[in-house]
Amino acid sequence: MSPDGLQRPRPFRFKLGIKTMARSAYWQSASSICCLLTFLLPWPASAAESSPAYQTPSSLIESDQVVARIDELIDQGWQENELRPSRAASDPQWCRRVFLDVIGRVPTVEELDRFASNRAPTKRRDLVEQLLGGEYAEEYARNWTTFWTNTLIGRTGGRQRRSLTNRGALEGFLHDWLLENKPHDQLASELITASGSADPEEEDFNGAVNFLVEKLTEDGVQATAKTAEIFLGTAVQCTQCHNHPFNEYRQDRFWQLNAFFRQARMRRKRDPEDENRRLASVADEDFAGEGRRVLGDDRGEIFLELPDGKLVDAEATEQTDAPIFFELRNGQVRVAYPVYVDGQSLADEFSDRGSPYGNSGAVQHVNRRAELAKLIVADRQFDRAMVNRLWAHFLGHGFTKPPHDMGPHNPPSHPELLDELGQAFRAAGFDQESLVKWIVLSKPYSLSSRIGRANREDDPTLGATPQFSRFYVRQMQAEQLYESLLVATEADATVSAEERAALKDRWLRQFNTAFGTDDGAESTTFNGSIPQVLTMMNGDLVQRACSTGSGSFLDRIANDPQLSNREKIIHLYRAVLARLPSKEETNICNELLAARDGDVVGSLQDIWWAVLNSNEFVLIH
Amino acid sequence: MQHFTTPRGMNRRHFLTHLAGSAALAAPALALTRALAANAATLQRNHKSCILLWMGGGPPSIDIWDMKQGATTGGPFKPISTKGDGQINELLPKVAQQMHRLSIVRSMSTREADHERGRYYMHTGFVPNPNVKHPSYGSVVAHELRRELGALEIPPFVSIGSASEGPGFLGMAYAPFQVDSNGRVRDAQAKVSDARRNDRMKLLDVLERRFVREDRGPAAAEHAKVLQSTVSLMTSKQMEAFDIQGEDQSTREWYGETGFGRSCLMARRLVETGGPFIEVNLGGWDLHENCFEQLQTKLPEVDVAMSALVEDLATRGLLENTVVLWMGEFGRTPRINGNAGRDHWARSWSVVAGGGGIEGGRVVGATNEDGTRVTTEPYSSEDLMATVCQTMGISLDKFFTASNGRPMKIAGGGKVITDLLS
Repeated sequence: MSPDGLQRPRPFRFKLGIKTMARSAYWQSASSICCLLTFLLPWPASAAESSPAYQTPSSLIESDQVVARIDELIDQGWQENELRPSRAASDPQWCRRVFLDVIGRVPTVEELDRFASNRAPTKRRDLVEQLLGGEYAEEYARNWTTFWTNTLIGRTGGRQRRSLTNRGALEGFLHDWLLENKPHDQLASELITASGSADPEEEDFNGAVNFLVEKLTEDGVQATAKTAEIFLGTAVQCTQCHNHPFNEYRQDRFWQLNAFFRQARMRRKRDPEDENRRLASVADEDFAGEGRRVLGDDRGEIFLELPDGKLVDAEATEQTDAPIFFELRNGQVRVAYPVYVDGQSLADEFSDRGSPYGNSGAVQHVNRRAELAKLIVADRQFDRAMVNRLWAHFLGHGFTKPPHDMGPHNPPSHPELLDELGQAFRAAGFDQESLVKWIVLSKPYSLSSRIGRANREDDPTLGATPQFSRFYVRQMQAEQLYESLLVATEADATVSAEERAALKDRWLRQFNTAFGTDDGAESTTFNGSIPQVLTMMNGDLVQRACSTGSGSFLDRIANDPQLSNREKIIHLYRAVLARLPSKEETNICNELLAARDGDVVGSLQDIWWAVLNSNEFVLIH
Repeated sequence: MQHFTTPRGMNRRHFLTHLAGSAALAAPALALTRALAANAATLQRNHKSCILLWMGGGPPSIDIWDMKQGATTGGPFKPISTKGDGQINELLPKVAQQMHRLSIVRSMSTREADHERGRYYMHTGFVPNPNVKHPSYGSVVAHELRRELGALEIPPFVSIGSASEGPGFLGMAYAPFQVDSNGRVRDAQAKVSDARRNDRMKLLDVLERRFVREDRGPAAAEHAKVLQSTVSLMTSKQMEAFDIQGEDQSTREWYGETGFGRSCLMARRLVETGGPFIEVNLGGWDLHENCFEQLQTKLPEVDVAMSALVEDLATRGLLENTVVLWMGEFGRTPRINGNAGRDHWARSWSVVAGGGGIEGGRVVGATNEDGTRVTTEPYSSEDLMATVCQTMGISLDKFFTASNGRPMKIAGGGKVITDLLS
């Protein structure tokens, strides 16, 4: 009855066929900045195993060298495409974008001042380390909880009535994870293999199951598609029904990947507290294969009932194979067993380990999801997918369009960089903060968003392959806007954390629509269209931010005896735009002050409203 | 030709004289306030409109418009005769009475059977392409008819109940304006006096233009354009078109007190106001399980609203200038799966079209006896879109210059389905 093979170390295969080096060799070659490959290789052979010790991940790799390599490879692209990059962004501009992208809000005036007062040549690096450090740990965790929750279950997941997904529970799980900065491979494994109840009130509660909970219906088709999309950056959705029209993904690969999820069962039960609510949980159970049943007897031995009614001993026979079936477009039926996307079958894998049970669906023989998690995190595509996703978050475009549809049909703009960053991320123990740091400190991230004469062509919105020769302007996400307004105006300072979260959630909901299709597709009206502009002009959030009540932000600025009127206006501009007003703007503000005849707070309110409604505020630039 | 009355009460001209009197800032006319003056002409309509009834999720057209009674793929429902040529599902008796005004295309054959890809393809006439975002139906129509829409103060492309597809390379000024089926436009009421808002808009205008001048890509200018449309919308009497409470009780009951019913009624009001493209969304067609049980409730909802819409348009003389198009992203498998459902199927399915110059009462194309194959000339999304554009007076010979500089034909170079016209 021993779980044969499961605990045995699996020889790690590096798919690019590069020989691994001894750990000591890493330090020798670390001085070379010409190629990351030379210092990335030697992660311990146990990297693919279940619980490696990642004690000092970021120290394994010298950030400077990774950053230098990014700059070098991006520069190469500029040269090849005869582009001259835009000038560097000013310090305040850069500071604003780093705050928005790393912790999800604009910097306050005090934070801008603090950054400006640092005269050290390493000031940008110092700021990034601050943002990744203890002082901002909570805000960092909040921002990336939003990022990962939206990635994993979308903006509407768990927000519909009667949804089995507990959004808050998933957020809680991710928040803790990010606060501790645990490695990304473990996060992926946790999410893919999670068992337990989705609801915090339940004894066997596990917030992580909320990624899969609703995706296990329809035989786990969505679980398969989302896992591949999120952790491998590959869109396999349409291969469910037919071969991919443009790449080599075939229909059998979809179902072979799907077979890994077939032991996972979602159970629903009635909420004891609420008649109309159902609580969900996920567990791995014996899977006999489609058309077969698992039977236990009173001695604890397991038998399988085959489609013809025959009983066979689960231990003694190859009948433990648990197949699934799928239909080709021409109506032919095919069988599938767990086979990873690279063609590696569990049957071969287990037979290497000396076990005949690779195709078994019995949990005592094989835990299919655990095997899948190991295969995924060991796959080079896992690190590349993460790099591509985060690169797109910071630079506005990934190395592929879209970032989650990688593959031979969609070659990346910078294959070498993608690959080397992926390796660096892997070598750094899948440390998200390291990856964030490298990207944010790179040259492409530091450039101005203004188009220059020699890089107008570099415009991905015009269909060009992105060369990152300027910072591509993009709109804030609704969450970033919300947090920015709160911080700038200290609007919710007196409200409890719980109430704050509820208010925010209510505000965010208004923008999202789910299409109601099985793929969980959704859309947002926070996309630069009229409903967004109406919200900004007349909605209650901006109303609150523009409040002039006693003790409000505007009230305090207006009545601050230390500040001249000019300084008051400057304060408003810096608080959300991180710049000083122009001459023309100052003039019109002064006209307003004059016309309002001493009503300073009223004039500031008008100015503040205009600033908050501007393109410059809502865009990250 | 349809004429409309000038809105009463506070119209634009009126509004502008208010501004002139009380605004604190005597700044010259700026772009954002100028927008208010431009359109104060008599509403006159000389363009056609289109109402797209979008069945999100992929409706089982084999159970609705092209029934296969007797075949193993046929499903439990019976077909009934209609006022047109074809038979349709027995759960659509009211629509059956309008089928002399609508035609069925039974030979749609497409290749996109994934929701996202199918939604994109059927809305744009192009398969998804990572390097260029194509404009959807409504955006194309709004863009092509823009010169004839001078008196329209509400967005030319309205999507009721869901998101539709975006404007692609035409830019956010042609994006769908999404409202929910109760017609409430959230936050449409300004919170300050007109004069005060005008002062604010003057400063905002300076901010916007400064940032646009800094040349950081198209997003800044797009924002400024959408700001203008928003101001135009907020100050317009035409906003009333969204408010179906303006209809009497019996009319609302006629369309049905359902989300889809209210949406169809709103669509008719918007067409009356001069809106050239209105999309009405009815989701929930992704019937992988219990297909037939769910059709028992879905089809009657469609029946009431769709029949009322077509008849109402006809009675008001609007149907001859308004295309009504019913479709989803694809059909569903002829084969019935183990959960009494049907899965995604694009190879042979049906859409319905009528009005605006499209002939009614016809059945175009056919499928084989179990519905698995089209037996006549197959039609694509491009063909359907070309047909709709042609009948709306949009030239198919025109090339867009896509944002990547590539010339691109409207409707992807589809050919008109001549059996639907003339």
